Amino acid sequence: MRNWLNAPASETQITHGQRLWLYVLAGIIMILLVAPTVIVIPMSFSASQYLEFPPREWSTRWYDHYFASAEWMSATWTSLTVGTLTMLVATPLGVMAAYGLHVSNFRYAQFIFITLITPMMVPIVLIGIGVFYVYVQLRLVNTILGITLAHSILAIPLVVIVVGAALKTYDMNQERVARSLGATRLYAFLAITLPQIRFSVITAALLAFITSFDEVVIAMFISGGDNSTLTRSMFNALRDQIDPTIASISTIMVLVSTTLLVASQIFGKDKGK
Amino acid sequence: MAVADFAPGAVAEPQDEPHATGLRDDAFRERMAMLGLCSPALLLVLVVLVSPVAWLFWLSFLANDGSLSLEHYERMIASKSYARIFWTTFQVSTLTTMLCILIGYPLAYFLSQLPPRAAAICLITVLLPFWTSLLVRTYAWLVLLQRKGLLNNWAIELGLWDEPVKLVHNMTGTLIGMTHIMLPFLVLPVYGAMKSIDRDYLKAASNLGASPVSAFWQVFFPLSLPGLFAGALIVFVLCLGFFVTPVVLGGGKVIMVSMRITDNIELFFNWGAASALGVVLLALTMGTLYAASRLLRLDRILGEGNG
Repeated sequence: MRNWLNAPASETQITHGQRLWLYVLAGIIMILLVAPTVIVIPMSFSASQYLEFPPREWSTRWYDHYFASAEWMSATWTSLTVGTLTMLVATPLGVMAAYGLHVSNFRYAQFIFITLITPMMVPIVLIGIGVFYVYVQLRLVNTILGITLAHSILAIPLVVIVVGAALKTYDMNQERVARSLGATRLYAFLAITLPQIRFSVITAALLAFITSFDEVVIAMFISGGDNSTLTRSMFNALRDQIDPTIASISTIMVLVSTTLLVASQIFGKDKGK
Repeated sequence: MAVADFAPGAVAEPQDEPHATGLRDDAFRERMAMLGLCSPALLLVLVVLVSPVAWLFWLSFLANDGSLSLEHYERMIASKSYARIFWTTFQVSTLTTMLCILIGYPLAYFLSQLPPRAAAICLITVLLPFWTSLLVRTYAWLVLLQRKGLLNNWAIELGLWDEPVKLVHNMTGTLIGMTHIMLPFLVLPVYGAMKSIDRDYLKAASNLGASPVSAFWQVFFPLSLPGLFAGALIVFVLCLGFFVTPVVLGGGKVIMVSMRITDNIELFFNWGAASALGVVLLALTMGTLYAASRLLRLDRILGEGNG
């Protein structure tokens, strides 16, 4: 321990001992980053009406309440459906656009790229009311199709950026070789390029799903009735009171996002081979 | 054909005209095909994003009786309540950005100094909140900060304060929640910038007699600034349009522009007023991004001049 404290910690000969404050500070910050979400998990198993930590009495009553509620179940189902559909719409469209932009040396490519990523820059509330206004006319309010399309434009920029970055590090000559040997462009892409960027495509697809699954503001305007999303119902419940059922739903949502994060890490790992 | 890919420079060979035109046509067709690949995504963005926003833009110039006017903008300038909302939005965004810099920079620095494996493990603490629903995280803070919440209980037990302190449904709660939610957006770009700094510069600095502290401030810190600038910009711009966290943790006491926009729609059905506010919010966001991009370019030019 003494040795470690006196050992140089970086190129500048500063020792770990002199840097202890940084380690402690970073440790506290990392705990603060993770703790709030993690602490909800034990609290969700509390038996009391008020959320306690640690719970005095354990029970699964809030989970029972969640799984028994037709309303929550239908909202969960809507969110899962919309999330999956968004993934299925945004991923192919985003990959196509990323590939097109990467291969084309067209002078307006930069302009197209910026247009495609504008949904990341426009304040979400503005997208929400704008989409609501147009959907009223198109009769798409409260429909799965409507929510999916709106969520897709939020997910496309992520797909374009993640896949575009992967294509930048990929050697296009491999595809050219395949084509000079007689493969069509589509076949060359599917057989040569896609397998090599597949980890990024999977990450992008997971991001697309989670973007839709977590989205609140647009859903607040255009989802409702039978097609209310989980986050919309949660948000409404939160505005009224602190319902412990939310803690159990939160726990499930943390579980979903952790699973997706782990999946993206596992798939992402081979990327840098 | 594929040939066009190999030799884009050879397209304009002056000697053999027919081949040149043929190649140019091929190159053009190829480009159009590739652009065609972008069109479904582009179409979706145009229909679902650009056209609604254009509609709102139009609506913002219509008075409530349907005639063209600047009524909504005039009211915005004249009214004190709007001025207060813009001031609150600016205040919350600036404070959150500053808090994120103060907390995020040391964390990013710590991460950048770790060996790769340890860094990957510690990075998960930044990525996990990034992937977790912001609604869930906001809810968690609501539970922790409320009157009979964990934080008040612990503080009273530890003797930090005697009475439960109001930590949520006000500015304090909003800032705590927003800083927590925005932190990954700052840490990730700063970490990326720090990782790309050539460590030999630091070796050289200490070789030439710089103390660790001055090597940090004179060499490392300036080189990490572009990353810090990018991260701060992302945080600031996202804060400007933030909605969920201030609604839940602000408890009606922190009213931001985005909240007023939804109130105008949901409570007053005043599309014109909401659109005008939305247009101003969009202009502020885009203006900030544009100004920042100019500043960054200037920075790069100056940097090249110095180097």
